[in-house]
Amino acid sequence: METQGTLLPLLVALIPWPPFIAFGLIALVANRWKRLSHTLAILSVAISFVLSQVVFWAAIRTEHLGEHPIAARIVWLPVGARPLEFGVLVDPLGAVMLFMVPLVSLMIFIYSVGYMAGDPHYSRFFALLSLFEAAMLLLVVADNLLMLFIGWEVMGFCSYALIGFWFRKPSAYRAAVKAFMTTRVGDVVMLLGIAYLYAQTGTLNFHDILRNPETLKALAETPSYVAGLSVAALASLLLFAGTVGKSAQFPLHVWLPDAMEGPTPVSAMIHAATMVSAGVYTTIRMFPLLQAGQHGLGGEAAFWVVALIGAFTAFMAATMGMAQNDIKRVLAYSTISQLGYMLAAVGIGAYVAAAFHLITHAFFKALLFLGSGSVIHAVEHGHHPAGSHKGHGEPFDPNDMFNMGGLSRRMPVTFWTFLAGGLSLAGFPLITAGFWSKDEILGEAFRGAFEKGEVLPLLVFLLLATAALLTGFYTMRQIALTFLGEPRTAAAAHAEESPGAMIFPLVFLAFFALLGGFVGVPEGFPVLSGLVGRNWFHAFVGGTLLEHPEALPFHPAPVLLSSAIALAGLFLGWWVYGRRPLAAGAPDPLARLGPVYTFLKNRWYIDDLYHLLFVRPTLWLAERAVALFMDRVVIDGLLHGIADAVWSMGAALRLFDRVVVNGIGDGIGEAVKAAGRELRALQTGLVQNYLLVVVLGILGFIVLYTVAPMLIGF
Amino acid sequence: MTLLQGMFLLFALLTLGAGLMTVLSRHLFHAVLYLILSLVGVAGLFVLLEAEFLAGVQVLIYIGAISILIIFAVMLTRGMARNPGPPLNNQSLAAAVIAGLFFLLLAPVLAGFPWPQAAPPVPGDAIEALGRSLVDPVQFALPFELASVMILAALVGAIFIAREKR
Amino acid sequence: MVSLSAYLLVAAALFCTGVYGVLARRNAIAILMAIELMLNAVNITLVAFWRYLHPAATTGQAFALFVLVVAAAEAAAGLALIISTYRNRETVDVENIDLLKG
Repeated sequence: METQGTLLPLLVALIPWPPFIAFGLIALVANRWKRLSHTLAILSVAISFVLSQVVFWAAIRTEHLGEHPIAARIVWLPVGARPLEFGVLVDPLGAVMLFMVPLVSLMIFIYSVGYMAGDPHYSRFFALLSLFEAAMLLLVVADNLLMLFIGWEVMGFCSYALIGFWFRKPSAYRAAVKAFMTTRVGDVVMLLGIAYLYAQTGTLNFHDILRNPETLKALAETPSYVAGLSVAALASLLLFAGTVGKSAQFPLHVWLPDAMEGPTPVSAMIHAATMVSAGVYTTIRMFPLLQAGQHGLGGEAAFWVVALIGAFTAFMAATMGMAQNDIKRVLAYSTISQLGYMLAAVGIGAYVAAAFHLITHAFFKALLFLGSGSVIHAVEHGHHPAGSHKGHGEPFDPNDMFNMGGLSRRMPVTFWTFLAGGLSLAGFPLITAGFWSKDEILGEAFRGAFEKGEVLPLLVFLLLATAALLTGFYTMRQIALTFLGEPRTAAAAHAEESPGAMIFPLVFLAFFALLGGFVGVPEGFPVLSGLVGRNWFHAFVGGTLLEHPEALPFHPAPVLLSSAIALAGLFLGWWVYGRRPLAAGAPDPLARLGPVYTFLKNRWYIDDLYHLLFVRPTLWLAERAVALFMDRVVIDGLLHGIADAVWSMGAALRLFDRVVVNGIGDGIGEAVKAAGRELRALQTGLVQNYLLVVVLGILGFIVLYTVAPMLIGF
Repeated sequence: MTLLQGMFLLFALLTLGAGLMTVLSRHLFHAVLYLILSLVGVAGLFVLLEAEFLAGVQVLIYIGAISILIIFAVMLTRGMARNPGPPLNNQSLAAAVIAGLFFLLLAPVLAGFPWPQAAPPVPGDAIEALGRSLVDPVQFALPFELASVMILAALVGAIFIAREKR
Repeated sequence: MVSLSAYLLVAAALFCTGVYGVLARRNAIAILMAIELMLNAVNITLVAFWRYLHPAATTGQAFALFVLVVAAAEAAAGLALIISTYRNRETVDVENIDLLKG
C-alpha cells in the first residue's frame, strides 16, 4: 500500500480512456478513412492493454492485495452529507479481469480488421467497438456500483447498436431490439437493487460495503419485509436480476441466440469476453453480500435462487445447443450454458471457481467465436465464386453447419485452433484450460453434495454433470459437422483459409485456451501440482474476500468423474457424427429422437411461449381487442335479434356505445384538442414572457424557503 | 456622517440612479451612457471596498471595452435608433411588480441577518495573493485556462455569427 | 463605517433593476445592458462578502474576475447574435422575434 503511492491508481484510472478517446476520434474525425479508423481503435486498445498489464503485474506482486487494493477515489458530486464518489479499485478479482479483458479484446480488434474488411460501415463498427471496450474497462476498474452501472448501460447500448449493425437485415434489427428490451427487464430491477443498497448503507463503494463486517452484519440482520428476506439477501437478489438479463440466464436468456445476427467479432466480444461476463463478474463481485445473507434472516433462499437458476440454465441451454444447425447459435447456447455454470458455482459458494471459469471461458469462447467467424467468412467467400450463376435464386446460409464439412483440409489453422477451443469447452482432461476450471466447479459441488451431504450442491452437481456430458456431445457434433468428412456444398469445397489478421488472434487465444488453466491446478494433484506449484489462482483471487476461502484439496473422485463425463460426451458426439460423416442433404441423426428433437430444436418453445404470453397480448390489446369486442357485440345482437328483449338490449348497447363509449372516446379527443387550443396561447414565443414566469418561480421558491418557515414559526 | 459614508451614499446613488435610467431611457444611446455612469459607480464601490485592482479592471474592461462594444452595436442597428417606438413591452407593469416584489423579499433577509459589523483588515499583499492564486494549480489555474479558452471561443463564435454572409 | 448589509441592499436593488430591464425592454441591446447591470450587482455582492467576511482569502475577488470574463464573452457573443439578427430581419425588437410560438 505504502509503496504503490498514487501512480498505480492513476494508471488504473487511465485504462478506460484510450478506447473512449478513440471512439470520439473515429466517430467525429476519422470516419472517412478506414485504415486510420482501425489503427486508432487497435492502438487505443493496445495502450489500455499495456496499462492493464502494468497494473496486473504490480497487483500480483502486492502482498495482501485484498486488504489493501489499488484504489483511489475523488468526490464527484458533493450532495449533502453523502457525496457521490468516483474512484477506481483493483483487488485480486479486478486484477484477473484486467488481465483478461484487454487481452481478449485486443485480439478481437485485430481479428475484426480482417473480418470486416470491405464493409461499407467499417469505421462505425470500430467506433462502436471502441466505445464498448471503454465501457467494459470502466466497469472492471469501477470501485462502486454506480460507475459499474454506467459501464453496464453503455455496453447495453453498444450491444444494441452492434447486434443491429447490419440494420438493413430485418432479423438483425429485430434481434437488436430483442436484446435491448430483454436485458432492460433485468437492468431496471438491478437499478432498484442499487438504489435500495444505497438507501440502506449510504454508500455504493465495493470496499466500504463488502469488506466491512459491521455493514454486512447489519445488512444481514435487518429485515427487508419482503418474503422474509434480510436486506442483504434482497439486495443481492435484485442485483442478480441484472445479471440474469445481461448474462442471458433463464428466464431472460432468449436474446443471446438471436444476437448472433451481429458480426462475428461482436459475438466474440459481447458474448464471450466482455458483456455477458460482466454480468457474472457483478454477481461474483457482490458475493460477500450474498454470503452475508446466508446467516441472517431468510437463510439460504438467495443462494438457492442463484444456484438453481444457474444450474438449470446450464442444463437447459446445453440441451438446446444440441439441436441447432447454425454454427454460431450452437456457441451462443454453449455460452449461456457456461455462464450458468459460473452462477451455479457462485450459488454453492464456490466463489473462486466461478471467477476461474469466467476467465478461462472468456479465452476459449472468444477463440471459438472467432474460429466460427473464420469458417463463416471462408464459406461465404467460397460461395461467391462457386455459385455466381445459380446461387442467386436459392438462399444460402453460410452459418449452417450442414452446408459445411471437410473444412479441416481447406483451413488447417482454423481447424486446429477451433479444436483446441472446443476441447477446452468440453473440458478435455489435463491439457485444456476449461478442464481445470470446470473441474473445480464440479469438485466443489461434489464435495458439498457427498462430503457435507447438502441438498443444493447435489442438485447442482447432477444438473451440471448432465450439462457437461451434453457439452461434450454438441461440441463434437459441431466440430464433426464443420470440419470432418467431405464438403457438403460447393461453397465449402471452395473455402479458403482466412487472412493473417484473423489467423493470428486464433493462434494466440488457442495458447491461453489450452494452457491458461495451469494457474489453478488443485493442490496435491499428482505430478502436475509439483510442476506448476500451488493453486496460485485460488490463493490470489480468494484474497478478495474477507474470509479467505479454503482451497479445495485434490480429490480423485470428482476429477475422474468429470474427466469421464467430458470424454463420454465427446465420444458420443464422435460416434454419432464423426464415425460416419454425413453426406450432403442427409438429415440430422438426432432427428431420430422424434418429438424430443423437435422440442430441443424449437428451444423448448420458450421463445414461442414468450411470444404468446407477452408479445401477442400486447399486439392484441393494441390493435385487435377493440375491434373484436365490437364484432362480438354485433354478432350476438344478430343471433339473438329475434327476441324483443334482446333487440332492446342490442339497442341499449348501441346507445351505450354511441353515447358512452363514443362519447368518452370523442370527448377525450375533443378535450385534448380544446386544451391544446387554450394552452397554445401560453406559448407566446416571446422569451421575455417565459422569463417572467421563471422569475415568478424563483420568487415562489424564496417565499417557500424564507418567508413561509418564518410564518409557520421555524 | 463620516466621509466614507458620504462617499458610499454618493456612489450607491450614482449606481442605482444611473442603472434605473439605463433601463428606462427611451433612446438607446442615452441608455448606454447611463450604463457607463452606473459602471463608474460600481467601480467606486469597489474602491470603497478596498478592491482597487477590481475597480481598475472594471474601468478598463467594462467601461473601456464592453461599453464601446455596445455602442458599436447600437450604431450598427441604427435603423432602430432613429425611430425608437415605445421602449417597453406590454408586460412592463407585471415586470415592475415582480422586480419590486423580488427586492422586497430580498431586503429584509439581507438587512436582518446579523452580519459582522466590523470588517477584518485587508492583508497588504492581497493583490499579489490574488495574482498568485489565479496561476496556482491547486486554486484557479484550471478555471483561468478554461475561461481563456471560453473567451477565445466566444470571440471566434462572435466573428463567425456576425460575419457578412454572401 | 458602512455596514455589509448596505452594500448588499445596493446590490439587490441594482439586480432587481436589471431584472426589470430584462423583462420589460423591447430592444435586445437594452436587454443585454440590463444583464450587465445584473452581473455587476453580483460582483458587488461577491466583493462585499470578500471584504467583510474573508479578506484574507482570494476567492471572492477571483470569482468577481471570472464573472467579468463571462460578461465580456457574453457581450461579444450576444451582440454578434443581435447584429446577425438585425441583418436578417431588420429588427432587434424581441417582440418580433417569436419563432418559438406554438
